[in-house]
Amino acid sequence: MYTQGLTPETETPVRAIGDEAAMARFQARIDAEQRIEPNDAMPAAYRRTLLRQISQHAHSEIVGMLPEGNWITRAPSLRRKVALLAKVQDECGHGLYLYAAAETLDATREQLYDDLLAGKARYSSIFNYPTPTWADIGAIGWLVDGAAIMNQIPLCRCSYGPYARAMIRVCKEESFHQRQGFEIMMTLARGTDAQKRMAQDALNRWWWPCLMMFGPPDTQSQHSDTSTLWKIKRFSNDELRQKFVDATVPQAHHLGLSLPDPKLHFDEISGHWRYGDIDWEEFRQVLAGHGPCNQERMAARRKAHDDGAWVREAALAHAEKHKARAA
Amino acid sequence: MATPRFPLWEVFIRSRTGLAHRHVGSLHAVDVASALEAARDLFTRRNEGVSIWVVPSASISASDPAEKAMMFDPASDKIYRHPTFYEVPEDVGHM
Repeated sequence: MYTQGLTPETETPVRAIGDEAAMARFQARIDAEQRIEPNDAMPAAYRRTLLRQISQHAHSEIVGMLPEGNWITRAPSLRRKVALLAKVQDECGHGLYLYAAAETLDATREQLYDDLLAGKARYSSIFNYPTPTWADIGAIGWLVDGAAIMNQIPLCRCSYGPYARAMIRVCKEESFHQRQGFEIMMTLARGTDAQKRMAQDALNRWWWPCLMMFGPPDTQSQHSDTSTLWKIKRFSNDELRQKFVDATVPQAHHLGLSLPDPKLHFDEISGHWRYGDIDWEEFRQVLAGHGPCNQERMAARRKAHDDGAWVREAALAHAEKHKARAA
Repeated sequence: MATPRFPLWEVFIRSRTGLAHRHVGSLHAVDVASALEAARDLFTRRNEGVSIWVVPSASISASDPAEKAMMFDPASDKIYRHPTFYEVPEDVGHM
């Protein structure tokens, strides 16, 4: 997830680089399901597409710690607190795996950080929504991580080796994230009327932004063709969104909660849950920096980076001093 | 202000005693001690390992994929290096 449809609209995809024969050899390797490794020849556009996608994915993991981190100190029990701590710690680790994968494409870690902090790089729109109640932590685990898993599982077979391997690790570790979220929702849904209302309210607020996580509809998605050809993407935005809806609607019903979509209905013929119109203008606004928490998220990241500057400097100075003493 | 650069390290984890250390990923750290600590935090949060190696990435030399054929093709027609090349009568039993 975290990565789809975030391409600046001004950028034109460039496919052909180098000579035709080299492109054909590259495509043949992709078609044969061979993984491309960092020191293999690759088209410049393949490298650029991956670098953009992997770095956006990494930034999303890092910024994604903020909405949930908001509740660590206020988790309602020790059990919930350790689970949330472990989850947020995982997100940090996932960001680091992904940054390392991005670095194999000739980016430096420092440049990636600086691009995020300068507001030049994007991250998933979903993390610009607030978490005012405890039920939001349940909704994030259940819905946001549910959507992420839907997207990340096919990425385990992505043609670029380092990205695919990072995704395998991430998916393995994330398997508990969605379950802990669902457990929180289930506990609230079975609780007092006020708790049930809180769960319903969180679902109402997160449902549509979660559907937007999969990116623009296929009719508008710019990079799908080359990404599919290069086997970076295995399913289209709409296919993944439909899979998510089909998996999630019965779970909501199991909780006794309703979905905030009057047009939602089960289509007997196709066997799919059909959903209403997504407000793509809201999606564009959030991506353009006008979501409810865009400024707060970036301010928090910048403050953390600035506040940590002395630690980085001290660590380097300490390492230098020890090197000098040993010499 | 640009973020200062920390050296890159490759991380190898031995998952159980008796198994080889296996490459799991890479990370940035200022020195060996902090690379080992960061590797523990990043790659062994769920008891994935009993031992960690960290190696400066700059110390690793890799074969050139463009020379893959020259490097590895000479082995591909030497089927006599594999046990299945040799016939053993069935009544001799498993060998």
